[in-house]
Amino acid sequence: MNKMKKNNKISGAEAVIKSLIKESVDLVYGYPGGAIMPVYDEFFKFQDKVHHVLTRHEQGAVHAAQGYARSSGRVGVAIATSGPGATNLVTGIADAQIDSTPIVCITGQVPAHLLGSDAFQETDIIGISMPVTKWSYQITKASEIPEVIAKAFYIAKSGRPGPVLIDITKNAQFELFDFKYKKCVGIRSYNPIPKIDRNKILDAAKLINNAKKPLIVWGQGVLLGNAEKEFKSFVEKSGIPAAWTILGASALPTSHELNVGMVGMHGNYGPNILTNKCDLLIAIGMRFDDRVTGDTKTYAKQAKIIHLEIDPAEIDKNIKVDVPVIGNCKDSLRMLSKNIKTKSYKKWLQTFDDLMKKEYTKVIKNDLTPKKKGLTMGESMIAINKFTGGKAIIVSDVGQHQMVACRYANFIESKSNITSGGLGTMGFALPAAIGAKMGAPKREVVAVIGDGGYQMTIQELGTIFQQQLPVKVVILNNDFLGMVRQWQQLFFDKRYASTEMVNPDFVSIAKAYFLDSERVEDRSDLEPAVERMIKSKKPYVLEICVEKEDNVFPMIPSGASVSDIRLE
Amino acid sequence: MEKKIQYTVSIYTENNVGLLNRISAIFLKRHINIESFTTSECEIENVFRFIIVVEMTESGIEKVIKQIEKQVDVIKAFYHTDEETIFQETALYKVKSNSLFEERHIQNSIKESNARIITVNPKFFVIEKTGFRHETDKLYNELAPYGLLQFTRSGRIAVTKSKMGISEIINKFKNQKKKKK
Repeated sequence: MNKMKKNNKISGAEAVIKSLIKESVDLVYGYPGGAIMPVYDEFFKFQDKVHHVLTRHEQGAVHAAQGYARSSGRVGVAIATSGPGATNLVTGIADAQIDSTPIVCITGQVPAHLLGSDAFQETDIIGISMPVTKWSYQITKASEIPEVIAKAFYIAKSGRPGPVLIDITKNAQFELFDFKYKKCVGIRSYNPIPKIDRNKILDAAKLINNAKKPLIVWGQGVLLGNAEKEFKSFVEKSGIPAAWTILGASALPTSHELNVGMVGMHGNYGPNILTNKCDLLIAIGMRFDDRVTGDTKTYAKQAKIIHLEIDPAEIDKNIKVDVPVIGNCKDSLRMLSKNIKTKSYKKWLQTFDDLMKKEYTKVIKNDLTPKKKGLTMGESMIAINKFTGGKAIIVSDVGQHQMVACRYANFIESKSNITSGGLGTMGFALPAAIGAKMGAPKREVVAVIGDGGYQMTIQELGTIFQQQLPVKVVILNNDFLGMVRQWQQLFFDKRYASTEMVNPDFVSIAKAYFLDSERVEDRSDLEPAVERMIKSKKPYVLEICVEKEDNVFPMIPSGASVSDIRLE
Repeated sequence: MEKKIQYTVSIYTENNVGLLNRISAIFLKRHINIESFTTSECEIENVFRFIIVVEMTESGIEKVIKQIEKQVDVIKAFYHTDEETIFQETALYKVKSNSLFEERHIQNSIKESNARIITVNPKFFVIEKTGFRHETDKLYNELAPYGLLQFTRSGRIAVTKSKMGISEIINKFKNQKKKKK
């Protein structure tokens, strides 16, 4: 009898894998090391159930988990060992926190009896990651594993999503115990989806029905809440022009007649200018980031503001609003749609068109049909649009190319824009594209990366090769840290301090990883090369050499008002 | 400029190691000086209560409370003005024993301030005073001239005049869970 009982016990490490399987995890990203070895031994045994992707750096693992979460809508998982393995995750965790990405990170830790002794590869990862995690927990006993993992997945995914870190001491991975798994369905101190106040819906509907010049600004909340359908019906019934924040991109197709473009520092001219002209601003699942608002003292002062938001802490945080509607926007949009009149704002929409014409003449025309010899980032994006038919997921890094990618990508489907918005993490795109492709294997994934950010995580080409993952990587190479250079040109009298890059041969590097690769320098080669890349069934690295000192416009200088947006 | 006022922040939490860090980090990040900080188990088993005193603007404290409530292990957070709470602090004063016998003033001060002598030995004695800040300050000023060997003051402890409703939140959760089953 006793023997029987003993045989039913499993190790903490096995319990980790079994718990992951219970959470329907079949894919994780990670990097092994001393303190996590028992868990890796179980990955080996369970390799038919859980596919472990070995990245080339822990930062690659966490960004891949983010990319996976963003393209699939599921929770991404990253695994690392203690000490440097754990600290290498921190940038990605911070990125996931500020961009509300559901990920669970599992780190190994030195045995419990060595905690606090400065043991080999001991670091206080719980302490280090605390300000950038939604929740974290250190497990020191195997018996805690199922409950804590269940809680981790529940917390990461529910309400406003975010990163959770679980640190597991090595002794807990070895310890044997009776494994039983129960999914977490609620935590008494945590109310992820606040109940919607009906009165607020009625107040908001009244403002909408009486507005003459309303403007919608939506963010990632629409995508995170799976509310694309409800959002589209709301926009169409209300007839209100709708603009997006960078993370909101693709929730409504780019070509939708009421989609008036991007707001913010490098957003479109019309929606920025008219933010300060509208009489009602309807903010949906966005957080009034400073890159969106510019100077808050002059932001939409003339307008009444409605804010649909799941996180109560965002209400009145940066911008004081008139009608807060706290709750899941999938529900609040549905309720709101029922209470508003069908309307259209022809004259008001015309003002957006007029300003778009101005932006076209001053900026877009030169970006897309340049007269100069050098290639532009804008025409590169148009070529990508042409051959993907706008169906691809565009994963962008951080900098000029990111702004260009979001401005000119033609998004048709939702969840097509994956980028590091809030944290602005250079090096995000290459590993995130790996995750994005694995999270949506049927979709084309094109990573658009600058030459600077590319070299921050370039080693993940090894992961792409090992996994034979058909992601398409476009390097927009201007031999500069372009965005910083642009600021130096505009605000630091062209003192180009440490922004010029002396770059290696990117094609040779890709080829050294056995990946197909080519370089484009002339306009006549651009479209054929992009076409070859998209038609390829294999991973592909395309370097496009673009004009060195192009600037991204429009631009709201930092600290200026949205209405002071510059076209040149 | 919005005026800064002294607020008593009450936070009800699950007993979770590390939550102290999360909460103090919320203040640290915004450069808010914590004037006093105490924590203990409250009237509900396994529910802890933090009492934090800060000087802030009302719009500032509102944002901070929301950030605190956002923490997964925080059940509920409140802020109150001094008028809305009943609060006390305790101070301990360690004085040389011969001063107690040689200086009449000390004995008078102890009597008048309703302080208590909690220990006496040949070398020193320890006085305890519980009250408002100005009361423990007053006694401090009276004793200081005779030489204080040690002085320490606790953080504020406070209860509010209004109801907190924590049990309601906990019971509501229990009932929802039952319904789900």
